Amino acid sequence: MSEVIATNQTILVVGGGISGMTAALEAAECGKQVILVEKNPSIGGRVSQLYKYFPKLCHPKCGLEINLRRIKANRNLRVMTLTEVSGISGESGNYSVTLKTRPRYVNENCTACGACAEAVESEFDDEYNYGLSKRKGAYRPFNQSYPERFVLDPAIIGTADADKAKAACKYDAVDLEMGDSESTITVGAIIWATGWKPYDAGKIQPYGYDRYQNVVTSVEFERMLDPHGPTGGKILRPSDGKEAKDVAFIQCAGSRDLNHLKHCSRICCMASLKQSTYLREQYGDDAKGTIYYIDIRAIDRIDDFHQMVKDDPNITFTKSKVASITEDKATGNPVLHGVDTEGYHRYSNPHELVVLAIGMEPSVPANGFPMPVVLNEEGFVEQDEANGAFFAAGCSSDALDVNRAVQSATASALRAIQVINKVAGAEG
Amino acid sequence: MADMKIGAYICKGCGLGERLDCDELETIAKRDGKAQVARQHDFLCSADGLKTIQADIDNEGVNRVMIAACSRRAKSEAFNFDGVTISRANLREGVIWIRPDDDELRETTQEMAADYVRMGCAEAKYSTPPASAQEKGTNDTVLVVGGGITGMTAALEVARTGYPVHLVEKTGELGGAAAKMWKDVPRHSPYTDPVDTEVARLAAAIEADNRITVHLNSTITKTSGAPGRFSADISTESGNTVTENFGAIIQASGATPYDANQLPELSYGKSKDVVDRVELEQLAIAANGGPIKRPSDGKEVKKVTFIQCAGQRSDKEGHLNYCSGDCCLTSIKQAMYFKDQNPEIETEILFDDLRTPGAPGEDFYRSGQDKMITFRKGQVSEVVAGDGGPRVRFKDLILDEDLEEEADLVVLATGMVPNSGVDIDNVPQNEPGEWEVNVDSILNLNYRQGKDLPHLKYGFNDSHFICFPYETRRTGIYTCGPVRRPMDTQQAIEDATGAALKAIQALESAKIGRAAHPRSGDLSYPIFRKEGCTQCKRCTVECPFGAIDEDEKRYPLFNESRCRRCGTCMGACPVRVISFENYSVDTVGQQIKNCDIPEEFDEKPRILVLACENDAYPALDMAAQQGNSYSQWARVIPVRCLGSVNTIWITDALNSGYDGIVLMGCQKGDNYQCHFVKGSEMAHTRMSKIDDTLQTLNLEKERVATYEVAITDIDRAPQLINEMAETVNQIGLSPFKF
Repeated sequence: MSEVIATNQTILVVGGGISGMTAALEAAECGKQVILVEKNPSIGGRVSQLYKYFPKLCHPKCGLEINLRRIKANRNLRVMTLTEVSGISGESGNYSVTLKTRPRYVNENCTACGACAEAVESEFDDEYNYGLSKRKGAYRPFNQSYPERFVLDPAIIGTADADKAKAACKYDAVDLEMGDSESTITVGAIIWATGWKPYDAGKIQPYGYDRYQNVVTSVEFERMLDPHGPTGGKILRPSDGKEAKDVAFIQCAGSRDLNHLKHCSRICCMASLKQSTYLREQYGDDAKGTIYYIDIRAIDRIDDFHQMVKDDPNITFTKSKVASITEDKATGNPVLHGVDTEGYHRYSNPHELVVLAIGMEPSVPANGFPMPVVLNEEGFVEQDEANGAFFAAGCSSDALDVNRAVQSATASALRAIQVINKVAGAEG
Repeated sequence: MADMKIGAYICKGCGLGERLDCDELETIAKRDGKAQVARQHDFLCSADGLKTIQADIDNEGVNRVMIAACSRRAKSEAFNFDGVTISRANLREGVIWIRPDDDELRETTQEMAADYVRMGCAEAKYSTPPASAQEKGTNDTVLVVGGGITGMTAALEVARTGYPVHLVEKTGELGGAAAKMWKDVPRHSPYTDPVDTEVARLAAAIEADNRITVHLNSTITKTSGAPGRFSADISTESGNTVTENFGAIIQASGATPYDANQLPELSYGKSKDVVDRVELEQLAIAANGGPIKRPSDGKEVKKVTFIQCAGQRSDKEGHLNYCSGDCCLTSIKQAMYFKDQNPEIETEILFDDLRTPGAPGEDFYRSGQDKMITFRKGQVSEVVAGDGGPRVRFKDLILDEDLEEEADLVVLATGMVPNSGVDIDNVPQNEPGEWEVNVDSILNLNYRQGKDLPHLKYGFNDSHFICFPYETRRTGIYTCGPVRRPMDTQQAIEDATGAALKAIQALESAKIGRAAHPRSGDLSYPIFRKEGCTQCKRCTVECPFGAIDEDEKRYPLFNESRCRRCGTCMGACPVRVISFENYSVDTVGQQIKNCDIPEEFDEKPRILVLACENDAYPALDMAAQQGNSYSQWARVIPVRCLGSVNTIWITDALNSGYDGIVLMGCQKGDNYQCHFVKGSEMAHTRMSKIDDTLQTLNLEKERVATYEVAITDIDRAPQLINEMAETVNQIGLSPFKF
């Protein structure tokens, strides 16, 4: 790997999801030098795993394509994948950052021809599909992944598969000798865009996510809709592969709950409303959706999307925090128990599939930051002068939707540029 | 321009060498493509391959590089050479990956590849390296319109980055809506109590910053120019006008409180003790931390009821269809005004959905619960006058009961209406620039297409894109704060900071003649040949970004730094006088012409596919990646936007014997996905008129099909091509083969 050149006029962006990509691009398109590091083999982040956006029902991959084109065209921006920040020292305008890079075992000779993937046999859970399908031990994370290179799963190193991958490659791109590497760079400002992860649904014990196959999370449900995803784009029950036409969406699964995440994750209401349209699109009048909610937070001008779904006779809304889920052994149907607070009726409702509108948890736990950072009680980074030139972007700053995450990222890019300009001014 | 010299480079890697006769392709590049240099390489994107190309550029004078290898989307960083044009013949994703590896099909696969080599050379021949726009604005100053928290923040952030700012405020003081508040919702942890609005702190910071010039009691009476060279007339109430020059503009014109007089059913205007949220702030300011007194008789308020969504989220006449986003937090804050002063005061919030998102929102809501504010899910039907105070009639949705309660004071949580000026899409225009309007314009743009920024739904001036909230439709002008979307102060501050970056980026880009998003960095710009122009105005009307004005003789007047390089004007022009250096009627038209059209008895149809480079073309690439296939008769050309498709391409293609034409653009309509706004829609309209041409040529109308294709249509896009192949199979070959 060529040496990374960075100075105290360089901006480091940590995290290559939509917030990190945006922050990096906006700064680079202002003429600043930027290094973008991403811990996974590809940038793209969680939006690359979404089928559609609310409220426009457009495809996140369209925006990703534009951003990737911008990245490829910009010589101020350098992307490092499989890389994490292990330490930060110094101060605003002059940080020393230690980066740890894991081996891809595939170098820049790779043409993404796919011969290595054809050659290997071992299969692993596909992270891109949240483990709902398998991928090969040599793989391209997804069809738009960037860098446009394959990657070898570290588990195949030392096995016959690794040799097969190497033998299949005509371009000398498979390099089994690659190892961990560490480098220390100097940067002037840091944009922290490490994003979110879905709350561990297994911890919501009464919902039985780890016991009942037909209880899935909203992020898994989203993957089902991808025509090239684990179910070929069909809404199917994991237990028996049957079409799931009667689907319950449980809001605040892990959110607004002192036992779990005490914050509201903001996006889940709109996400479920959106997902209810998938159901209708796929099964027409046979579709039946039920949304169990506390408050529908279809905030601001996109409330009309909520109204549209509300007007749909096949989608019903039940104001209730679901108490527990059991399983009807005969049918495999999850049965939801609780009290409809509008009128105080008890219910025990069977559905064919349950989707937990899972909460957003900061990816990096409070004790996982490489330097002292002011966080709020929920673990999101506060905007605070004590953080120096360490600026949070996107969901590391709060539970945000894509639009707001991008605004936040753009704002953080400016804050970083202000530091860089000051450094540049001081150095003439 | 120095002599043109085409270098054609044919890659044999990724199976190309095995599947294709690359010697023949090299011959074709020389013979048909007129490439002076043509080479094959086993692994063209390798360091050695790139060195070969660079050496030819340096030593042989190659200045048109034609790379016949993978898709233009792949290895674009490797195949990136300065000072030359680069054309890509897509032999991998476009030929060998989408065609089965079968000996019987070898011939047609080779023909596909040969055509793409011819087309690549033709494109190279008619392109010149973009030299960047001639018109380069160099102004560094940012104009901020609106002196509320949003505008103040934008001004301070721009100044803090090192750029001068003019801040224009129509009233006599800075602070906007926040200046009329007693306190604001907290912006830092802990999110428990109302905090200072910080208007005074921001105003002092502006005062102290010598990079910021403030114009009070002033409005913008005229804006002209383009990024890097805007000119604005700033006029005071008394009629004094100064003209200043700017590089970019931030519009932070905010929102006006909804007029509660439209809510007689809630007794607003009838009872003095029914107030809106703004009036409650005034009562709190008057109380200054002491007991809040009600307007009718000055009695200390002991019970206050807040009615959420007053006149909002409703399709009733005169109501707002949307949620104003910040009212739930505002009512909690206002209820705290009472509770913090005296915990005994009864405060009740009647809501439908309580909307306090994120960590700060939910913490603040929880703090309200801790302070014993009552939250009740209730639907208010009316407010009537009572003996002791207004009586609220509502249905308690939890108890499922109709109830009536008296309060000392009722607060209507009313919404916000954006100050977005003239709705240019919905006002009649008598003459260019002459509008029949009685709404005050915010910017008074002298643009051909209207005085203000186009409105989105409900009058907000937002971007239409989820991924790109700053994708403005008027280059170099960015909105932020509640004018673009209902929002609270904290979000407005974040938004203002983002808009400040975009404004700075726009003026920096203008300095070097570089396009703004989404073709950021593009140095090409529209070149207009005045001699041929018939003044038909189609380009000025159709430009989605209002980049083209008309001069006094009614010729189009291009403002390059407003241009986004989509080519819609080029597609619109019936006399073809508009082009870009590397994208023109010729760069595409000559590709169409240079494809080999076999004679009729060969029974080899040709289908021209014009595909949007951002969605349909990647979908076809990914289809190839996934192992899909489509007809060997297809010849795909990526276009910047379907809006750039000139009907001459279609007519020429039909005349030269193509049997079918497929156009693939983005979704149009209200939820359009076209990043050039109306490109796809306009292409559909233009193509609906192509029937006449088909009729004149005596051709079946099925031969031309226009589709909306998304980037995820990985299976569908190839299918559409195959359907056209089937159609051609059924109706027969075109008689226009020579």
